[in-house]
Amino acid sequence: MSFLHGIAASNGIAIAKAYRLVEPDFSFEQKKVDSAEDEIARFQAALYTAKGELDQIRIRADKELGADKAAIFEAHLLVLSDPELISPIEDKIKTEKVNAEHALKETADMFVSMFESMDNEYMKERAADIRDVTKRVLAHLLGIQIPNPSMVTEEVIIVAEDLTPSDTAQLNREFVKGFTTDIGGRTSHSAIMARSMEIPAVVGTKTATKEITNGDLVVVDGIKGEVHINPTPEMLEEYKQQQEAYAKQKEEWAKLVNEKTVTADGHHVELAANIGTPKDLKGVVENGGEAVGLYRTEFLYMDRDQLPTEEEQFTAYKAVLEGMGGKPVVVRTLDIGGDKELPYLNLPKEMNPFLGYRAIRLCLEEQEIFRTQLRALLRASVYGNLKIMFPMIATLDEFRQAKAILEEEKQKLQTEGVQLAEKIELGIMVEIPSTAVIADQFAKEVDFFSIGTNDLIQYTMAADRMNQQVSYLYQPYNPSILRLVKMVIDAAHKEGKWAGMCGEMAGDETAIPILIGLGLDEFSMSATSILKARSIIKDLSKSDMETLASKVIEMGTTEEVVEAVNAAISL
Amino acid sequence: MEKSFKVIAETGIHARPATLLVQAASKFDSEVHLQYKEKKVNLKSIMGVMSLGIGQGADITIIAEGSDEADALNTIEETLKREGLAE
Repeated sequence: MSFLHGIAASNGIAIAKAYRLVEPDFSFEQKKVDSAEDEIARFQAALYTAKGELDQIRIRADKELGADKAAIFEAHLLVLSDPELISPIEDKIKTEKVNAEHALKETADMFVSMFESMDNEYMKERAADIRDVTKRVLAHLLGIQIPNPSMVTEEVIIVAEDLTPSDTAQLNREFVKGFTTDIGGRTSHSAIMARSMEIPAVVGTKTATKEITNGDLVVVDGIKGEVHINPTPEMLEEYKQQQEAYAKQKEEWAKLVNEKTVTADGHHVELAANIGTPKDLKGVVENGGEAVGLYRTEFLYMDRDQLPTEEEQFTAYKAVLEGMGGKPVVVRTLDIGGDKELPYLNLPKEMNPFLGYRAIRLCLEEQEIFRTQLRALLRASVYGNLKIMFPMIATLDEFRQAKAILEEEKQKLQTEGVQLAEKIELGIMVEIPSTAVIADQFAKEVDFFSIGTNDLIQYTMAADRMNQQVSYLYQPYNPSILRLVKMVIDAAHKEGKWAGMCGEMAGDETAIPILIGLGLDEFSMSATSILKARSIIKDLSKSDMETLASKVIEMGTTEEVVEAVNAAISL
Repeated sequence: MEKSFKVIAETGIHARPATLLVQAASKFDSEVHLQYKEKKVNLKSIMGVMSLGIGQGADITIIAEGSDEADALNTIEETLKREGLAE
């Protein structure tokens, strides 16, 4: 047995066999063959198996992800039937008497470089498609297996270097019981995904893919951030008990599902959920979310090759508003750029994408994209309690510009005779220090603030949150961050507005007591963290937490703050 | 035999439409080609069709030659119109 330490990214304990989602070794040698005929037959057989496999994937994708996502596999199948690809390969085997692997690779590479050299982002992506499908044939020629998580038929733990959005889209939720990855942190895509799938995950283990082989029995302890490989029977037994205990605790929390979130001394706060798609609503309802505090609309724009239409967006927004049945829904307008790219926008690569052309900066420039989204939102507003929030606001002027565009679209729709909700609150994300510092000025013009702590911390600390070497600077409890948070909350309250938080920090055990003390009104988090947060808040006294908060913001280091919180809540 | 069309789809002939056209052409024994500007590609080849990067407003010609050329041309025309790709 062995043991890995990583970052606890999603709560719970999972025990299952390892399934490696790791690129196999495709190297081979160029050889002469005796019989070209036999070699062509071998090639045909590999082609046939690869097509069968792709067809299976297509059928599954169609069932689980919809016809839209399955279409790509239809195109992949056609590549494997493409006479312009197949004939040259067979000709090469015949005339040069080379092995099929070599003939396939040479021919495919030619097409790949042809598409890559085209002056068009879309065409460049097609190169990846060709590489992808020909690799599948190559794998069969070499007798190696390409991992294919969509075809898994038993419970597994996915072991990968990292998981991309398209990897996770392929995962079969029925059988995937947990993840562990080499890289990533609490806010990386894989971690967010694990929490929304409600499965345990440990990320950033550095060596999971090196240490774990297919079929190893793996324990993923998403509470402590540990991974155990082939544990001893005693240890396995212990973990099974812990798994049960965790399930019981979840049952306890589940009793709070229909309760209000109130502190021991009767102060009410709102516990809201962060969502990415209308599909996530189920989790919000099941976990007793009182609102949607952050609807990330980027997902509507991702994994496709053109912008979503106004109609498509309207349908999604309406579904979320109706699904929440009149409870507040805070929709964040498009936050693209940074680590979230849209290939079809053909945006130039940047040296510092997190500090670059993204979110509201992009929307104020590419106004057609922004206006389409605002129109869809405004039209959907009559179906529930909509609040609109602009991301990455750095100056008051940006907010005023964005608001003016919204007002223009409102006027246009009203002239067209479209019904709109009477009151739509308009707020901003506070994630840039410049905005936190003059929150008092913003508070006069916005209806609410939502503090985005993941970015606020990275910008305040000047530490890229994707860079593991500086991950120690991700310090949510650092007094510098706490003071900024306090400034924002105080500024809001002074103008009779409300302040929420939609970063990871809002659901954090250590941060919650401080945030209650600072007077935060709304806490928005992964749906699966809500019940736990409610049970924590139930036992806190607001007035005690006020005392605690006023103490910790006068401290110098994260460690002192954590110590003070621990001392206060164990009382 | 051949017939010319004008592409009206906003996104031109990209992934999904290209797939449908190649699937339609592949059903026939005839040789089917697509001509766009000075380039002519096999319409049974998805990579050939995609490599053209046909956009909105393009003038394209479908050329079918063989025993079932009339059927092939009809089916492709039907696909183009049904999917709102060209007229």
